[in-house]
Amino acid sequence: MARELLEGNRAMAEAAVRAGVQAYFGYPITPQTELLEWMSKRMPELGRAFLQAESEVAAINMIYGAACTGVRVMSSSSSPGVSLMMEGISYIAGTELPVVLIDVMRGGPGLGNIAPSQGDYNQIVHGGGHGDYFPIVLAPSSVQEAIDFTVMAFDLAEKYRALTFVLADGNIGQMMEPAELPPMQPVDRPIPDWAVRGAKGRERRILSSIYIRPEDEEVTNLRLLERAGKIKENEVRYKEYFLDDAEIVVVGFGTAGRVAFSAVRAARAQGIRVGLLRPITLSPFPSEAVAELAAHAQAMLVVEMNSGQMLDDVLRPVAGQIPVEFYGRLGGVVPFQDEVLTEIERIAHHPPTIEFDPREKWIRRMKEILN
Amino acid sequence: MMDVPAQVVYSRPESLTSTPTTYCPGCTHGIAHRLVAEVLDEMELRENTIGVAPVGCSVFAYNFFNCDFVEAAHGRAPAMATGIKRVLPDRVVFAYQGDGDLASIGMAEIMHASGRGENITVIFINNAIYGMTGGQMAPTTLPGQKTTSSPDGRDVEQAGYPLRMVEALATMQGTGYAVRRSLHDPKNIRLAKKALRMAFEVQTRGLGFAIVELLSSCPTNWGLTPKESLKFIEERMIPVFPLGDFKVHPALEGLRV
Ligand SMILES: Cc1ncc(C[n+]2csc(CCOP(=O)(O)OP(=O)(O)O)c2C)c(N)n1
Repeated sequence: MARELLEGNRAMAEAAVRAGVQAYFGYPITPQTELLEWMSKRMPELGRAFLQAESEVAAINMIYGAACTGVRVMSSSSSPGVSLMMEGISYIAGTELPVVLIDVMRGGPGLGNIAPSQGDYNQIVHGGGHGDYFPIVLAPSSVQEAIDFTVMAFDLAEKYRALTFVLADGNIGQMMEPAELPPMQPVDRPIPDWAVRGAKGRERRILSSIYIRPEDEEVTNLRLLERAGKIKENEVRYKEYFLDDAEIVVVGFGTAGRVAFSAVRAARAQGIRVGLLRPITLSPFPSEAVAELAAHAQAMLVVEMNSGQMLDDVLRPVAGQIPVEFYGRLGGVVPFQDEVLTEIERIAHHPPTIEFDPREKWIRRMKEILN
Repeated sequence: MMDVPAQVVYSRPESLTSTPTTYCPGCTHGIAHRLVAEVLDEMELRENTIGVAPVGCSVFAYNFFNCDFVEAAHGRAPAMATGIKRVLPDRVVFAYQGDGDLASIGMAEIMHASGRGENITVIFINNAIYGMTGGQMAPTTLPGQKTTSSPDGRDVEQAGYPLRMVEALATMQGTGYAVRRSLHDPKNIRLAKKALRMAFEVQTRGLGFAIVELLSSCPTNWGLTPKESLKFIEERMIPVFPLGDFKVHPALEGLRV
């Protein structure tokens, strides 16, 4: 396959098609709509199920039903729509179904705006739906990764019977860059032995998220927890840049990670020993990699397009070994490379101390920056 | 005396399991289950059918039906059924819903499933109350009817009027079959069975969305005996929810079941 100029949303849609998605249900919302539009053309022409649902509530429950038949299924939305899906997401997790969901995040809270944001980190990575469940969450920072992670999401979802998110932002969804699509996979995949498709010549099967005896629900919860442990053992993924001799470690994912990469390169050109850790799996989070880096570096800088939702996941493994600083832009604002570079320079020239809460320090600096 | 061989005249349909019922004494959910099971048996659909249970007293319907089953979120059974049917169009998919499930929280999903002409069968149990949560007002609660959340009786000035769902669904182009029956006496139970048969015929013939509303009893939450409850259906519910055929696809004309 050749590299083509591709837009993120359409590329993720086509990647899902080539990964063998058999049913897609969704509802229009910017900055994700092109994905739905692509599916509206591609799925019917391949004889696969597509439906523009009456709402995200309906879409996620259609996905829930379709997933019960044991085929590859997917939906996509953006922040407010994903909020609306949360009950269904929890049901899917509780029924242990492999489902792929794409969230192309936008500025919030509320109706917010349609600009790129990372404000859904907590709602996706740490739940949002009720109960204890642990989705796999993949964070692309380019159109190529958006394609690759969409395909990977289907494989991981199937391998672990787990809900798997591709957590992108409006920037990844709507930008165009050269990327390569994967080959078309056959759709006639083996049907799993739990699928509900009519009890022909076998015992009936039931798929449900209800365990009316608390003791049974507890066993289910423990099974989900154990599975999450296995996923953490096997599937933690991240990218490392210039980390071998780094004294300052920048941590950022998705678009923020990409901007941070440019800033790190610029800082390196000035001779600052700085590197970047870019988590690919936000869940399971690369905590061990962070702890390892904290043991050797002098400071960390977490860069996000939110108020520091991932920051807490970084602070935990750092465990007070070194100072951690935070820089975030909010509400749909994407940080410029220069802003992150300024932060790196500040840390390099005025090494921070541990005493201060990184978020409070950042808020104080933000006020100066904005004034 | 002549030797008359023993003949089975009544038995459990194959489409029902032997699980003892968990419904309250006098509740008509059990009758509705049996009728659906008989129809599945007669049409030889059991092995080709997927049921969708609601949230409500019939949340455990899958314990009683001997076919593949899934359990939906409150109100979303038509969406879940849609997802299944769109992937497996040659399977028979039915949703079984209460009035809170279908006419309140799930209003959007039922309307749109019908609007799309989704080729599924919906069994709608109207007992004019929220059974499972202990007897609160439903969208189908009668004017003046006392419930735990309308303690002085449903005041239509404050809480509005009961919703007539099959009448509304009959106006939708995608609907192939929309009728109301009652489970309050043997004659009506027989008529209900015929309607259920028709509703599954609609699906196997690809004639669109089919719904059968069944007026049902809830002695526990109505605070009536089972016998009084049947009377309540006949005397109080039927005047508000008239029995009848509100839409029957022309292709069904002359079909005898
Ligand atoms: C999202 C959500 N809201 C509320 C509930 C609580 N709840 C469970 S059953 C029910 C009402 C069911 O009433 P109905 O559909 O009339 O069925 P019945 O129990 O009378 O058979 C409610 C409100 C729930 N499970 N989920």
